Amino acid sequence: MDITDFYDTFFEEAEELLADMERHLLAIDVDDPDVEQLNAIFRAAHSIKGGAGTFGFDVLQQTTHLFENLLDHARRGELTLRRDIVDTFLETKDMLHDQLDAYRSDDVPDRAAFDRICRTLQQLAMEEIGQALDGADGMSSEPESPAPETETAPADETSPAPDAGAEPEQAPDDGRLVVSLLGVGDKDRDLLVEELEQLGEVQAREGDTDCYRVTLETSVGREDIEAVMCFIVEPEQLRVEAASAPAAGEAAATEAKVAEETVTETTITETTGTDQPSPASGAASANEAAPSSSDTASQPDASGTPAGSGKPRPSSKSKKKAKSGGETSSIRVSVDKVDQIINLVGELIITQSMLDQTVSELEDVNHTGLNNGLNLLRRNARDLQEAVMSVRMVPMDYVFSRYPRLVRDLAGKLDKDVELVTEGESTELDKSLTERIIDPLTHLVRNSLDHGLESPEAREAAGKPRTGRLTLSAQHQGGNILIEVIDDGAGLDRDRILAKARSNDLPVSDSMSDDEVWQLIFAPGFSTAQEVSDVSGRGVGMDVVKRNIQNMGGHVEIASVTGEGTTTRIVLPLTLAILDGMSIKVGDEVFILPLSAVLESLQPDKRDLYAMAGDDVVLKVRDEYLPVVPVHEALDVAGARTELDETIAVIVQGEGRRYALLVDDLIGQQQVVVKNLETNYRKVPGVSAATILGDGSVALILDIADLHRLNRTKKEARRGQHPGDVPTAHPKEVEPS
Amino acid sequence: MSTPNTNAALAATEEQNREFLVFSLGDEEYGIDILKVQEIRGYENVTRIANAPDFIKGVTNLRGVIVPIVDLRIKFRLEKVEYGGQTVVIVLNVGDRIVGIVVDGVSDVMTLTPEQIKPAPEFGVTLSSDFLSGLGSLEDRMLVLVDIDKLLTSDEMALVDSVGE
Repeated sequence: MDITDFYDTFFEEAEELLADMERHLLAIDVDDPDVEQLNAIFRAAHSIKGGAGTFGFDVLQQTTHLFENLLDHARRGELTLRRDIVDTFLETKDMLHDQLDAYRSDDVPDRAAFDRICRTLQQLAMEEIGQALDGADGMSSEPESPAPETETAPADETSPAPDAGAEPEQAPDDGRLVVSLLGVGDKDRDLLVEELEQLGEVQAREGDTDCYRVTLETSVGREDIEAVMCFIVEPEQLRVEAASAPAAGEAAATEAKVAEETVTETTITETTGTDQPSPASGAASANEAAPSSSDTASQPDASGTPAGSGKPRPSSKSKKKAKSGGETSSIRVSVDKVDQIINLVGELIITQSMLDQTVSELEDVNHTGLNNGLNLLRRNARDLQEAVMSVRMVPMDYVFSRYPRLVRDLAGKLDKDVELVTEGESTELDKSLTERIIDPLTHLVRNSLDHGLESPEAREAAGKPRTGRLTLSAQHQGGNILIEVIDDGAGLDRDRILAKARSNDLPVSDSMSDDEVWQLIFAPGFSTAQEVSDVSGRGVGMDVVKRNIQNMGGHVEIASVTGEGTTTRIVLPLTLAILDGMSIKVGDEVFILPLSAVLESLQPDKRDLYAMAGDDVVLKVRDEYLPVVPVHEALDVAGARTELDETIAVIVQGEGRRYALLVDDLIGQQQVVVKNLETNYRKVPGVSAATILGDGSVALILDIADLHRLNRTKKEARRGQHPGDVPTAHPKEVEPS
Repeated sequence: MSTPNTNAALAATEEQNREFLVFSLGDEEYGIDILKVQEIRGYENVTRIANAPDFIKGVTNLRGVIVPIVDLRIKFRLEKVEYGGQTVVIVLNVGDRIVGIVVDGVSDVMTLTPEQIKPAPEFGVTLSSDFLSGLGSLEDRMLVLVDIDKLLTSDEMALVDSVGE
């Protein structure tokens, strides 16, 4: 699987995000902007930026970066919105859409438009933020953050001007191209030449490691060659030119390398060079950067016009045709449609079991035909259900294979050595979950690289190997899927998180446990990064991560050891899936326990039940004392059996906690279709989801871990009401290890 | 030359006329925007949800969709709350959610002109006037026009997880 397989997904996602953005922008009230709306726009820009970064769509990434900066100011109230600003934002959104379309059709995005919008945005940023800060105390990060961008943008924009002007005339779609490889090692070089041989006829090859030239007779376009090669070498190391001017190419190539070094020296973390900075522009950009920030108004003509004039579209039509020829044997179907089929099949199963129930009550031997038909129906329905479910399952590789490129690029940008290890790629996961897990995971990977892993020097000083290790793993755990992002970096900084939390007015105290402190980083707008980079550090990441995962019905935990690294664990329940459940009865109500959480069930003996401090009860099961949670108490069920030894104890385990659940009766085991309660209602404490029983009624599926918490909070609430009932000095809680 | 103008005016008022589904809670008559109503069905097979406010009766299965059921009679503190053959559930589309409300009966669908809709006075304690879109005056009847969107998505209904939780 290569990364281009996911382009379509990204395009679709980005398209949706842009549509969302537009909707919010249009709805926004300039005089009294809704913060939630601004946040939504900001998040959309942020997500597009992330995706663009992953796939190396630099122009898109840079535009969104600038845009995002402004939006960030807007949502913090540092930028006062005006009608014309919103108009500019909308224009930017349209621009992003154009860029997206350009990338989709393998075209180069319109440079002139990009120039123009960048300058408008920069100007806005300078005007607004400059004004805002003139009066206020000169906070350090604000005026700086737009400034570096002004360097990046021109550095990139100006470079293609000569390229764009010269290339299309000299390089028609079929013809000879000279591919120059700058500073590529022997091994990679051979690989690349091999690759080139696939694309066309290699006519000549010469040169050394610094500059190796391959003359290629090919019908493949420049961009395509670059796209292929970029998987092996950095874009800066690559130069593709028409063969007609070999001398110039050589000169430019060597000079480009010099220029490139200058550029990387001046702006270290920037994404320069992706468009092969030509010598003139590389040098010029550094000079231009300074005036452009102060004198933005006069700039657009200077660099915008030449780029615009020399911008013919190299026969993008013929390319599109070639692409559509390669049809695949699979079809893309929207997840909604698959969901709908699954829902319908679920309904079918329910109807079928209703029929079963009715027929079983007939007890008439004369209905053999009916019974046979029903048996057939049952089998077909189950097969259908399995088949439909398997449509949804995709291996985690679908998600994980996106990250090597991202990690590689980021590591290069941040000057870090990182080894990416993926485990459990074959773990199958529901398609809708894999799609929704991508964004949160991308944030986590970025965070780990940016904040977690240290520079090689720092690692060496700390006695660790220079190369940091980032592990992505996936595994099934009971009824859940556990996805972990593990880095062996510096770990979270407790003091800094606490300090930041205080400055954000979050309620904190020094006595908080580490786990509680780590949870703070999930608060909106929380970031301990010293500087805002285009990798991460806006504090939007973890907030989004948590929200996304909660929306999927899962939860996220962080474990961190200072100096040893951070592990982020994402636990996703199998929401849309089918659950093996055990149905139980309490009073007149039926509940479902996830079978994966049930260890055993037994009839408790009175001698094995011990009362503890007040109303706590523990049950002794084979030398182990387990806390007892009566379902009727936790869920207020009327008419349940209250005599402990008349009930049935079901020993369950959830989130590493084991306890005895007291129920009236066990009904049986059955597969149930999990229905989300939150679609139309809200999260219910102690309940993970609902299902529909054979008789058409709804039964709640209990959340074992949450039920235990619920029982405790209810007990505490009861104690609060009757403080006299319990010795309040030492309220004992049973806390199994 | 006045005909086109009157026609236009007529069309305009017709556009502003709104249709309401009228239902009763005890002796009171209420109206909700007919466009919010998905269907009307009997009250049956509701599964109780623990630790929810008393006016949330539970959830029910509406052709495979789990739908919460709210009893407006309890919410509006009516004295007599009985469940019988006449008890009706109005299934509503509120935002992107489906919610059922229990009422004593559904009578008819009314068209009200803008003139017939009077602003609601600010006095409500049980039912804040924030949740009313007005009072409909209809000869000797008065309809309490409920802004059902606002009411059902409000925090006090506890039907929706509060944002940012």
